[in-house]
Amino acid sequence: MDLVASSSPLPFVIAAITMLALNAYVVLGGGDFGAGVWDLLARGPRAERQRAAIADGIGPIWEANHVWLIFVIVLLFSCFPPVYAHLSITLHIPLSLMLVGIVLRGSAFTFRAYDATNSPVQRHWGRIFSVASTVTPVLLGICVGAVVSGALALPPGGTFVDRYVLPWLTTFTLATGAMTLAVFAFLAAIYLVVEAKETDLQEDFRRMALGAAVAVGVGAALVLLLGRATPMRITDGLLTHPFAVPLQLLTAVLALGAIAALLRRRYRLARVAAVLQVSALMWGWAYVQFPWMIPGVHSIESAAAPLVTLRLVAIGIAGGAVVLVPSLWVLFRVFKSESASAFKRVDTAEHPRSFPK
Amino acid sequence: MSDLLAARSQMAMSLAFHIIFAVMGIGMPALMVLAERRWLRTGDPVWLELTKRWSKGTAILFAVGAVSGTVLSFELGLLWPGFMEYAGAIIGMPFSLEGFAFFTEAIFLGVYLYGWTRLSRRAHWWAGVAVAVSGTISGIFVVFANAWMNAPTGFRLVDGRPVDIDPIAAMLNPASFPQALHMTLAAFATTGIAVAGIHAWMLRRDPTNALHRGALQIALLVAVPACLLQVVSGDISAKFVAEWQPAKLAAMEGQFVTERGAPLRIGGIPDEAARETRYAIEIPKALSILAFGDPDAEVKGLDAFPETDWPPVAIVHIAFQVMVGLGTLMVIACLWVIWHWARRRDVASSRPLLTFLALLTPAGFIAVEAGWVVTEVGRQPWIVQGIMRTADAVTPMPGLVVPLIGFTLLYIFLGVIVAWLLWAQIIRTRPEPLPEPPRAAAAASKAA
Ligand code: HDD
Ligand code: HEM
Ligand code: HEM
Repeated sequence: MDLVASSSPLPFVIAAITMLALNAYVVLGGGDFGAGVWDLLARGPRAERQRAAIADGIGPIWEANHVWLIFVIVLLFSCFPPVYAHLSITLHIPLSLMLVGIVLRGSAFTFRAYDATNSPVQRHWGRIFSVASTVTPVLLGICVGAVVSGALALPPGGTFVDRYVLPWLTTFTLATGAMTLAVFAFLAAIYLVVEAKETDLQEDFRRMALGAAVAVGVGAALVLLLGRATPMRITDGLLTHPFAVPLQLLTAVLALGAIAALLRRRYRLARVAAVLQVSALMWGWAYVQFPWMIPGVHSIESAAAPLVTLRLVAIGIAGGAVVLVPSLWVLFRVFKSESASAFKRVDTAEHPRSFPK
Repeated sequence: MSDLLAARSQMAMSLAFHIIFAVMGIGMPALMVLAERRWLRTGDPVWLELTKRWSKGTAILFAVGAVSGTVLSFELGLLWPGFMEYAGAIIGMPFSLEGFAFFTEAIFLGVYLYGWTRLSRRAHWWAGVAVAVSGTISGIFVVFANAWMNAPTGFRLVDGRPVDIDPIAAMLNPASFPQALHMTLAAFATTGIAVAGIHAWMLRRDPTNALHRGALQIALLVAVPACLLQVVSGDISAKFVAEWQPAKLAAMEGQFVTERGAPLRIGGIPDEAARETRYAIEIPKALSILAFGDPDAEVKGLDAFPETDWPPVAIVHIAFQVMVGLGTLMVIACLWVIWHWARRRDVASSRPLLTFLALLTPAGFIAVEAGWVVTEVGRQPWIVQGIMRTADAVTPMPGLVVPLIGFTLLYIFLGVIVAWLLWAQIIRTRPEPLPEPPRAAAAASKAA
């Protein structure tokens, strides 16, 4: 890269925006995946009502939430092309499997909503939707774990398994996969608590949220522990970097805050705390990995596209935000605000049925 | 099967799948918006019923379009990391802008589909307009990226690396306008003809059904101008190809030798070994006229290029014939519609016309697939015309047959399901009584 590029803050700005988009995907899209997990786990006398509440919450917004992922990908390949290329090669297998999950999740959810035959086929959609919702986050977490572990830096050579399987299939990546699943389920349960209209459902989701919170804690501990055995020991930074420690404390406080708020049934507060907690978790990861994009392979500066491209993309993002922010505001205002929900689903014909009976 | 061939097949299969949903993602919102506007104007519930049926179909199509598009954005890297590493910085611009267009489209589609009871009628209609506009724009941006592969501009090559990158110039390359125009028209023509065909089929059995009559009207309103303009736009595309990709033109036309006053060949089978195109109807000098506007212009034949740089001639030639042939049939149908309407003011009154339209239902889709085969296969062996060979861009990962088979099965499964759902849930169903969206909803939520 030329000198001008390396002295400009622009690569860092765009990298931060990419991370922000990933953060949005986790907080919004992650909640949709997590909801699918609860759909899978729904049991007992209220299972069908739980599923209905889940489908209602996901319905109008999953496609918009899903675009955040596309946005991350697009930013990666236009602004950090070598990172995109390297990840695509080394993580070919988990990424492909994740795609299958994304395809099945999205289409099965829609098919279930529009298949009014009430047949056994219809039930299968629900099953495919919830299983895909559970598997996909694990694969996403595995990919993230593979990056963090520094294992993608291994020099090429060796057998197929050495090159294309072992870097991402370790106890550490399995731990990050499990933790991602727990985080998504935790977020989803908290969103569902806030959105549920009846107290008995609310209590169900509250219990789920508390269970998931514990799972997130266990997952985080495992990740820290197993991280010590990874090639670059990036996760050690979480406990040693000067600024990482306060960030960890903040994350812990937020996590405890979310749990306390749940216990005291202050659901909106719990939602705020949970979103902040998950975001803090992600920025903690970004912080300790900085300035690497793929540890040991590409740093933000070494991978950045030429300045012209970055500048234009930055302008594009600014311009796009002018369209996007009001549009998102409309979306959430229409579907997630209290005032609007008074009119919820008076008419079921236009949006046939969102769950099997 | 070699890894390169597997990668090419997987890319082609994924794109061929996605493009069907993309085409309807551009065309259907326009139809919905037109129908809903009629409803707002006339208050006739038949238009509301039609709008709602179409929007159910669109919801299914859109979901599959969105997930298959996501697969594509990953596949560009999973299969062609060499290409993306090289080209990402140059053509990232249209892709980023496309990202925003998707966002707007997905947001307003959610508002549109689920917002019937939560918005005023007018606001609801505008949400539909936003879907239609952003869908069209997203299609245009992604075609810009493809156009760059045909006419790579906006950078200089130094030691095989791109320098002096100008993403704006790359985005607005010479292929951008002809391709974006042709693709956008193709989306409207295809959707219009397909929808008209389905409702024409229904009208053959049930000629007085108001719903199908209305649907036919609106679909033709979109299809007729698009099909007619498509011929003009195809000519613009051909002139672009003649100038920038002479080897592709030669393959399209089965032109093996360079000559002045080249004939236009209709049909025929190119024989690469014998270097001739057999059984074609030849119209003297017509190719020189169409490509360069001069009956004696020289048209380069494949002999002007080393054989290693030839695209697969027969595939490209036949695909081109299929596209143009179907385009001609679609134009004939549209002229018939205009003629019949001018005399009778009622398109549905001619049974032969209805039959013809019904038979043309898949025509647009086949033409679109064929057209893309012309563009993409005709560019071979280059992934970026004249700059990078496809073989140099493929991923080093072996065993690519496995994902090829996996995704092919997945897509076949999805395709069957979508077709069944559209048929069983939407096309075949009887009209159901529909409650009207309460006007009060919007006012109340505004007040809150
Ligand atoms: C409804 C579909 C449809 C119809 C009726 C036509 N086309 Fe087409 N054609 C397409 C749909 C299409 C397409 C699938 O959309 C392509 C592929 C790439 C592109 O930009 O448009 C295309 C590509 C394409 C190309 C190659 C452009 C390139 O490689 O850059 C040429 C030269 C033509 N077309 C010419 C024609 C002509 C002369 C037609 C006369 C009737 C015609 N097309 C009808
Ligand atoms: C804007 C969108 C598109 C982009 C960016 C794009 C890009 C690519 C790339 C990177 C390849 C692989 C490399 C190569 O073989 O040259 C390819 C191949 C191919 N694409 Fe496209 N494509 C687009 C649209 C389409 C569509 C809509 C179709 C529909 C049928 C299509 C059909 C094909 C075919 C048939 C091949 C294989 C060509 C061969 O290897 O012989 N493409 N495309
Ligand atoms: C000529 C080729 C293409 C056209 C005209 C086109 C157009 C469209 C349209 C209109 C949509 C809206 C969704 C729908 O209606 O189903 C869509 C979705 C999508 N397309 Fe394509 N596309 C093309 C090729 C590609 C390629 C090559 C990529 C990958 C880089 C891609 C990525 C996407 C993605 C990610 C979505 C999902 C957006 C969402 O979630 O809303 N498309 N495409």
